[in-house]
Amino acid sequence: MSENSPFNDPANVKEALSGVGYLADDEIATVVYLAERLQKPILVEGPAGTGKTELAKSLATALSSRLIRLQCYEGLDESKVLYEWNYRKQLLRIQVERNEKELTIADDASNWRRIEDDIFSEEFLLERPVLEAIRAKDPVVLLIDEVDRVEVETEALLLEVLSEYQVSIAELGTVRATQIPLVILTSNGTRELSEALKRRCLYLYLDYPSQEREREIVLTKVPEIGEHLADEVVRVISMLRSLDLQKHPSISETLDWARTLVVLGVEHLDASTTATTLNILLKYRDDIDKAQREIARVSPAPVIN
Amino acid sequence: MLDVLTGFVGELRASGLPVSVTEAIDAAEAVTSIGLDDRRALRSALSATLVKSPEHRGAFLRVFDLYFSLRMAPGGHDDEIWIAGEGIDGDEIFVPGRQGSERQATSPQELREAVRRALSTGDAQSLFESAMTAVELFGAVEAERPVGVAYYLHKTLRALDLAGILEQLLAEIDGPVTADGSTIDPLERSMRSRELASNGDLLQEMISDEIARKLVDARGAGAMAKSMRRPLVEDIDFMHASADDLAQMRRAIYPLARILAARLARRRRGRRRGQLDVRATIRRSLSSGGVPLEPQFKHPHPNRPEIFVLADVSGSVSSFARFTVHLVYAISEQFSKVRSAVFIDGVDEVTAIFQRAASISEAIAEVGEKADVVDAHGHSNYGNALRLFEQRYGSTLTKKTNLIVLGDARSNYHAGEPEVLRSLRRRAHRVFWLNPEPRSYWGTGDSIIGEYAPYCDGVFECRTLRQLKEFVDHLA
Repeated sequence: MSENSPFNDPANVKEALSGVGYLADDEIATVVYLAERLQKPILVEGPAGTGKTELAKSLATALSSRLIRLQCYEGLDESKVLYEWNYRKQLLRIQVERNEKELTIADDASNWRRIEDDIFSEEFLLERPVLEAIRAKDPVVLLIDEVDRVEVETEALLLEVLSEYQVSIAELGTVRATQIPLVILTSNGTRELSEALKRRCLYLYLDYPSQEREREIVLTKVPEIGEHLADEVVRVISMLRSLDLQKHPSISETLDWARTLVVLGVEHLDASTTATTLNILLKYRDDIDKAQREIARVSPAPVIN
Repeated sequence: MLDVLTGFVGELRASGLPVSVTEAIDAAEAVTSIGLDDRRALRSALSATLVKSPEHRGAFLRVFDLYFSLRMAPGGHDDEIWIAGEGIDGDEIFVPGRQGSERQATSPQELREAVRRALSTGDAQSLFESAMTAVELFGAVEAERPVGVAYYLHKTLRALDLAGILEQLLAEIDGPVTADGSTIDPLERSMRSRELASNGDLLQEMISDEIARKLVDARGAGAMAKSMRRPLVEDIDFMHASADDLAQMRRAIYPLARILAARLARRRRGRRRGQLDVRATIRRSLSSGGVPLEPQFKHPHPNRPEIFVLADVSGSVSSFARFTVHLVYAISEQFSKVRSAVFIDGVDEVTAIFQRAASISEAIAEVGEKADVVDAHGHSNYGNALRLFEQRYGSTLTKKTNLIVLGDARSNYHAGEPEVLRSLRRRAHRVFWLNPEPRSYWGTGDSIIGEYAPYCDGVFECRTLRQLKEFVDHLA
C-alpha cells in the first residue's frame, strides 16, 4: 500500500487532519504517517479527554474512510469482537428443510452434510466489528476504544488481527484482509496492557497539549472567544494542570469553559470570575478548594520545592 | 546509522526498557521511511516503535539526547547543528555556526540581564541562548576531569545566581504594575509566579542538556550514557533518592495507585461464585420436581481488609514512610478501614489528619508538623514506640486488622521488646514488616529486624516503588 499511500510525509498528515478540525502536533503526525507506511496499528494512551478517540474519528473523516468502532468493556467476548453464528436463522433453515423434504436428519447422512455446509456458510455469519473491518471492500478505520477495559484473555483475541490482519473462523477457515485497515486502539491506562499487544503496535502517548497548541484548539473550536481571552484561558488551564489535583482539566473541559466565558460575556479573566466558574473545569470538591486557594494566594508561590 | 541505532537500543535496554528484537526492527524500518533530516520526527519515530509505556519516556529522552545530538553534525549539514530546544512545544531551534567565534563575548552582567528577560517572557529561543552562554561563561567544562553533569550544573547555577534572579522577579510581581496604584489581580499573580518557576526549571534543564552535550562531544555518547544512567522511577531506592527523584516518584504514585486499585477491584469481582447456597438450591429445585438441576451460590463477601499502618518517621526512613502511607491512602477505598500512626520514640495516631486534609500530600506535610512523636530523645526507639502503641491502640486491633510496620528496625541500641509485637500479633489478623534497607544489611549494627521477624507474618524488603507495589498487591 506504500505506493498509493494517502500521505507523502508527516506534514501531509497534519494538513489533512487540520482540514477536518483536528490540530495534530508533530508527534501525532509522524506516528500516523508511520502507521500508514509500516501498516501497523497505533496504540494511543493518555489521560482522559486529550482527544484519543477524536483522533480516530478525524482520521476516518480525513481519509474519507468508514469508521468501524469497537467499544470495549469488561466481559466483552469473541462473539462480540470477531463473529457469531446466527443460530436462530440456522434453526429456521433446518426446520424449513425438514418440512419440505419430510425427512428426518438421521435418515440421510449426505443430506445432513449438505445442510451442515449450508448453515455454516457466510449467509449465517454475523460480522462483528473486527471481522467487518477485515472484510470491508472500502477503506476503513477500525477504532478499538478503551482496550484496557477488557480482560487479558479477550485482549489476546486481537493479536491475530493486529499482526496478520486476518481472522480464523473454525468452520470457514481464515479470512484475510482485502485491504489493510488503519487500526487505532485507545487506552486510559487503567491497567498495563500485555507486552504482546504493545509489541504489535506503534505507541503514541497523548498528553495534555502545549499552551500553543491548546490555544489554537480553543480558537478553532470556539472562534468567538478572541485571542486575548483565549490566551488567558490557556494560561489558567496550564497553571491548574501544574497543581497536584485528583483530576486535571481535559481539553474538552477547557472548551466547555471557554464557551461558558463567551456566553457570560467575560472579556478579561480575573480571580473572582475564575473562582466562580471553576466547577466547569474541576469535578472534585477537594480540587476546587485547592485551586481556589492557589488563585487567592497572598504570597507568591514557592519557586523551588 | 545501523551502528548508532544498535548502540541506542542497547543503551535503552541497559536503562531498563524492555525492547524486543521485533521492536528494534520496526524502529529501523521507521527510521528508513522517516529519514534523518528532521530530528523531532526521528525522535517521534523511535519513541513510537521502542517506548511503549509513559514511565519509560523520561529515560528514552535522556538517551536520545545523548545519541542524537551532535553525532549527525559532521556528515550532515555544513554548520547547522541539530539541537533540541525543549521549548514550548519544542520547536526546532537551529543555531547556525554554534561553535564559531562570531558570537560576541557577553559579560556576566549582560547575561544576567538576558536571563531575567528570558525568564519573564518565557521565550524558548532566548532561554536557550542564555543557557548556552551561561555554560560558556561559567561552566568551564573540562572533559578530562572525572566529574559529571551535576557538578558543572551546580557550578554554573551558582555563578549565574539563578535562584537569586528568580527571587527578585517574584518580588517584582507584587510591585506597582498599574499606574493608578491598584494591586495586581491574585489570579494573574498566581499564574505569573507559576510560570516563572517553570521557566526557571526549563532554563536549568537546558543548561544541564548543554553541559551534557559538551561532555558527549568530548567523551562519546556511550561513555556518557553509562555515567548518566539512572534507574527507572519504579526502581529508585527510597533511601538514596535525590530531591529530583522524590518529585518524580511523587508524580508516579497516582498512576500507580490507579492501576493497583483497578486490579484489586477486578480481582475481587472476578471471584464471582461463593459457597453453595443450599437453601436457594432447594427452593430452585422445586420447579424441576425436587431435582437440584441448577446449584445456587452465595454472593461472595467482598473481603476488604482493614489496615493499620505504623510508620517510623525518623530522618533515615521518613521518605519511605511517606511514600508507603501515600500509596495506602491513595487506594484506601480498596480497604474497609485505614488507620495510621507514626513514631520515632513516641507514637501518635494521625488518622484524623488524613480524614480532615484536602489531599493526601497535604496531610503528609501536616503529619510532619503536628504529630507528637518525640518522647525522649528524637532518635528511633522501636521498643518504646511499640510499647506505647500497644498501650494506647492495642485494644482497638481486631481479628480483621492487618498491622503494617514500616521501618528499618534500627533501634539505636535500645531494647527492642519484641514480646510486645507478639502480643499485638495475637490481637491482629496479620502483622507485616516493611524494611526499606537492603536485605544484606539486616541484622548488622543496631538493626534488630531479626528479633521482630518471628512475630511477623511476613517481613519484606521494600526499597523501591516496584517492591512496594508488589507488597500492596499481595496484601489486598
